[in-house]
Amino acid sequence: MSARDGGRERYVPVFTADSARRKELDDVLSRYPTKMAALLPALWMIQHEHGWVSEDGMAEVAQVLELTPAYVKGVVTFYTMYHQHPVGTHFIQVCTTSPCNVCGAEAVVDAFLKHTGCQELGQTSPDGKYTVIEVECLGACGFATPIMINEDFIESVTPETVPDVLAGLK
Amino acid sequence: MGYPHRPHERETTVLSKHFGEKEATTLDGWKKRGGYTALQKALGMAPGDIVTIVKDSGLRGRGGAGFPTGIKWSFMKPGDGKPHYLCCNADESEPGTFKDREIMRWTPHALIEGCAIGSYAIGAETCYIYIRGEFTECIKAVEAGLKEAYAAGILGKNAMGTGKTVNIYVHRGAGAYICGEETAMMNSIEGRRGNPRIKPPFPAVSGVFAQPTTINNVETLAAVPHIINNGADWYKQWMRPDNPKSIGTKLYSVCGNIQKPGNYEVPMGFPFKDFLYDLCGGPLPGRKFKAIIPGGISVPIQTVDEAEASLMDYEGFVAQGTMLGSGGVIVIDDAQNLVKQIARAARFFAHESCAQCTQCREGTAWTTKILERIVAGDGTHEDLDTLLEIAENMTGKTICVLSDSCATPVVSGIKKFRGDFEALIKKKKHFPVPAVA
Ligand SMILES: Cc1cc2nc3c(=O)[nH]c(=O)nc-3n(C[C@H](O)[C@H](O)[C@H](O)COP(=O)(O)O)c2cc1C
Ligand code: SF4
Ligand code: FES
Repeated sequence: MSARDGGRERYVPVFTADSARRKELDDVLSRYPTKMAALLPALWMIQHEHGWVSEDGMAEVAQVLELTPAYVKGVVTFYTMYHQHPVGTHFIQVCTTSPCNVCGAEAVVDAFLKHTGCQELGQTSPDGKYTVIEVECLGACGFATPIMINEDFIESVTPETVPDVLAGLK
Repeated sequence: MGYPHRPHERETTVLSKHFGEKEATTLDGWKKRGGYTALQKALGMAPGDIVTIVKDSGLRGRGGAGFPTGIKWSFMKPGDGKPHYLCCNADESEPGTFKDREIMRWTPHALIEGCAIGSYAIGAETCYIYIRGEFTECIKAVEAGLKEAYAAGILGKNAMGTGKTVNIYVHRGAGAYICGEETAMMNSIEGRRGNPRIKPPFPAVSGVFAQPTTINNVETLAAVPHIINNGADWYKQWMRPDNPKSIGTKLYSVCGNIQKPGNYEVPMGFPFKDFLYDLCGGPLPGRKFKAIIPGGISVPIQTVDEAEASLMDYEGFVAQGTMLGSGGVIVIDDAQNLVKQIARAARFFAHESCAQCTQCREGTAWTTKILERIVAGDGTHEDLDTLLEIAENMTGKTICVLSDSCATPVVSGIKKFRGDFEALIKKKKHFPVPAVA
């Protein structure tokens, strides 16, 4: 993972010839009549490899799909799930939209901030392990409060269960 | 419903019959439960005959707007020489709604079969299932189901040995409520920002990749195999005798301050009072219901009296000042600050506005600011007039209805619960201190 600026590490391309990701992308391309349609899937692949979508990542996708980097950036910034900065090893999203809010979601957010050592929403903890954000409805409102940690859902989290949830992370 | 509770005896489980059964997620398990017989039957029919059955069944869209599905399909003209597309709307992001998630994670093959029948009926060889990016479990389940279906020859160039082509792919979203709006979704599939498009042209004329396209919700498509197998008349057993406009069973997601949140399937016309108190167990101990939002956060808020008088179908909810919407029932009790929750809803819309239209971009932001100010104790009586005026300017004037949706809880909230707003305004915790330069 490269730092955002200063001391840049060399970017490792994802779609090199004969790589598994290149094959995956070719398969995706066969599903659509245009190359551009593979943009969201390609950005997911970048994020899975690098943990976030850097300018270099956007440039690589742009080149592979014959788009301009500016166009790719315009799309990346529209969607909330592409990380435009490196995030903690455990990226924790807590739903606080009204249905979860009436069930006490804000207290769950506070518990996560307290137990992870994150100073503020969106900031990564000093040990680099956690980033906590509030998120809009996760589509699991009957299981308040649902949270997502990286790609996994955890349902019915309460302030009391937060320490256990954190202890269960590798 | 099967998950997370056992089905209540008063439920009618058609779509939810196999929720919670691990085996039903696999192709073998699904076939044992009668899976893919409807597709086999449909592929042997003329596409127009399938459309006629769906039209006759009275099935209406379960994604929010309630448009008759068969009529929507009849706008497509198979054989016009153009590629057609079916897009399945699995973006499920309307706060309060989590039914499509259960369909996908427990019965992925039900959706795949519905998508395949729908594709064939509208002359589409390709269907994209647009699943919101957060639904990783659903994506895995549906992708695993697709893999099995391709391997078994159910999908592909020679679907079920009939020589017909049906391809279905998952397209993963990346976090944007607005991509549930059908034209925004088409842009998102094309690899663009998810901005809704101006209509016309309508999707059936120029949709995804500028080709004729139909968009249907997960629950709508999952109902289709049952209708094909059992016929239109069978589906009509579920309706109020005095209301033939709403037919079939409907899944409701229930959340908020209630004893038994979860998904419940009931026939059209079911009494909402029985639903809330009997099936869902009523309010939490020592509390009372205060307000109900029955169709996802975009529909008008109901008072408890209105809710208790509602019959659960498209017309029944309209008669009681709201809409069936997505079927996401949000229950708010007397321990909550209702204005705070309306402010939180406005913040949701401000966050999700795609910002193309001035009324929506500015309106959602201003509405949120004013409401949050009222909640903080700095509101004035003029604020309520300002909110209503902004709401007026946000309604019916934009490219899509997200803007209207933000105005809805505000207008219905002020109309039906004005006292709650006024109490906060009177209670002023402190007076705003003018900034000193
Ligand atoms: C802002 C907005 C968000 C929407 N979100 C969804 C959604 O998450 N899922 C859905 O099925 N329909 C959603 N819709 C409705 C779709 O635009 C469309 O009407 C529906 O998917 C059509 O399918 P149906 O006829 O089967 O209901 C949304 C509409 C708007 C305006
Ligand atoms: S109403 Fe709002 S969300 Fe809809 S197109 Fe306009 S700005 Fe975008
Ligand atoms: S409001 Fe929290 S998951 Fe829907």
